[in-house]
Amino acid sequence: MNLLDYEFLRKLLKERSGLDLSADKQYLVESRLLPLARKAGLPGIAELVQKLKNGANALTTEVVEAMTTNETFFFRDKIPFDHLRDTILPAMLQARANRKSLRIWCAASSTGQEPYSIAMCLKEKAQVLAGWRVEIVATDLSQEVLEKSKSGIYSQFEVQRGLPIQLLVKHFTQIGELWQINPDIRGMVQHRQLNLLQDFSHLGKFDVIFCRNVLIYFDQETKIAIFERLARQLEGDGVLLLGAAESVVGISDAFRPYPDRRGLYQPNPARALRANAGAMPLGLKVVAAR
Amino acid sequence: MRTCLVVDDSSVIRKVARRILEGLDFQIVEAEDGEKALDICKRGLPDAVLLDWNMPVMDGYEFLGNLRRLPGGDQPKVVFCTTENDVAHIARALHAGANEYIMKPFDKDIVTAKFQEVGLI
Repeated sequence: MNLLDYEFLRKLLKERSGLDLSADKQYLVESRLLPLARKAGLPGIAELVQKLKNGANALTTEVVEAMTTNETFFFRDKIPFDHLRDTILPAMLQARANRKSLRIWCAASSTGQEPYSIAMCLKEKAQVLAGWRVEIVATDLSQEVLEKSKSGIYSQFEVQRGLPIQLLVKHFTQIGELWQINPDIRGMVQHRQLNLLQDFSHLGKFDVIFCRNVLIYFDQETKIAIFERLARQLEGDGVLLLGAAESVVGISDAFRPYPDRRGLYQPNPARALRANAGAMPLGLKVVAAR
Repeated sequence: MRTCLVVDDSSVIRKVARRILEGLDFQIVEAEDGEKALDICKRGLPDAVLLDWNMPVMDGYEFLGNLRRLPGGDQPKVVFCTTENDVAHIARALHAGANEYIMKPFDKDIVTAKFQEVGLI
């Protein structure tokens, strides 16, 4: 692939998905886009780039989808789901006892393993959640992965990565060599297409946001902007869960680490106070500053 | 170092499993059927058993029942690893005391995930 074509693709991917490819990722681009080019009847990457330059919209979507990493598996890293069950849920059950509702957003949910893992966790707590309105909103940039997520159908390989065998037997139905998650769990998850680079205020406020293993692909500036907007979508006592290799520390003060729980963050109250102080009349601002 | 008894009548499967599990820091003992595996367990219990279902002489299901009846036989974590990939077999294995279940074909990721699941890693 020549340098100009690579630069074109880097810029396109950054604009459309926020994906921040370093200068040495030509091999990755080639390995993912060459099959796509062949599928489109094109001999190579150069011809694919030419098509994209000519404004092939459907092909552009396919390129973005092929390049965005969809690596995921059930109960990935395990600990976040232990935190959900043992820390977040008990706190929310207490804090939301009056309104009896819980909204969870699974951002960049890929093929559904994460939102369905959350749903299975909540299903195990069905007794204490009886009478509650629970929403799990799964969003992803790619319509293709959302369709797979909606179907809830997984290969034998996929159901063996992270999913305890007891949960497979309990929540899945075997269809030949495939496994489909049962309708009661599927029905707990709503799917929506969403680009994290674009406005997501219409989703409303959430009590818990899973945004794991996606921000690592963004540059610093994009991360800061997304953290700011995520903080606005989270309730004051809500919890943000990031991936094992991700943190807000040193990037944004919109969140602060949750005490003694690695990977969990809460909106920064000092920040909210400053924002409120900024909105106050001048005289009151002085009082607030004291 | 933890020990894992790999029980399978296929020498190829035993070799593949050995390579994966040695990479996960297990010391491996091999047996080609349930009876030989049971003899090994009577001499000393391993920490884990990776267990095929269909084998000559004594199959994996019968071996598991016998293992669980040995003194201390409830301790080893037993992970079935078999081509019997239907719910009925899985349910039967769990009922008999299996801790996890791998449906063949398998790879390193699956073995790692399953051994993590039962607290062996």
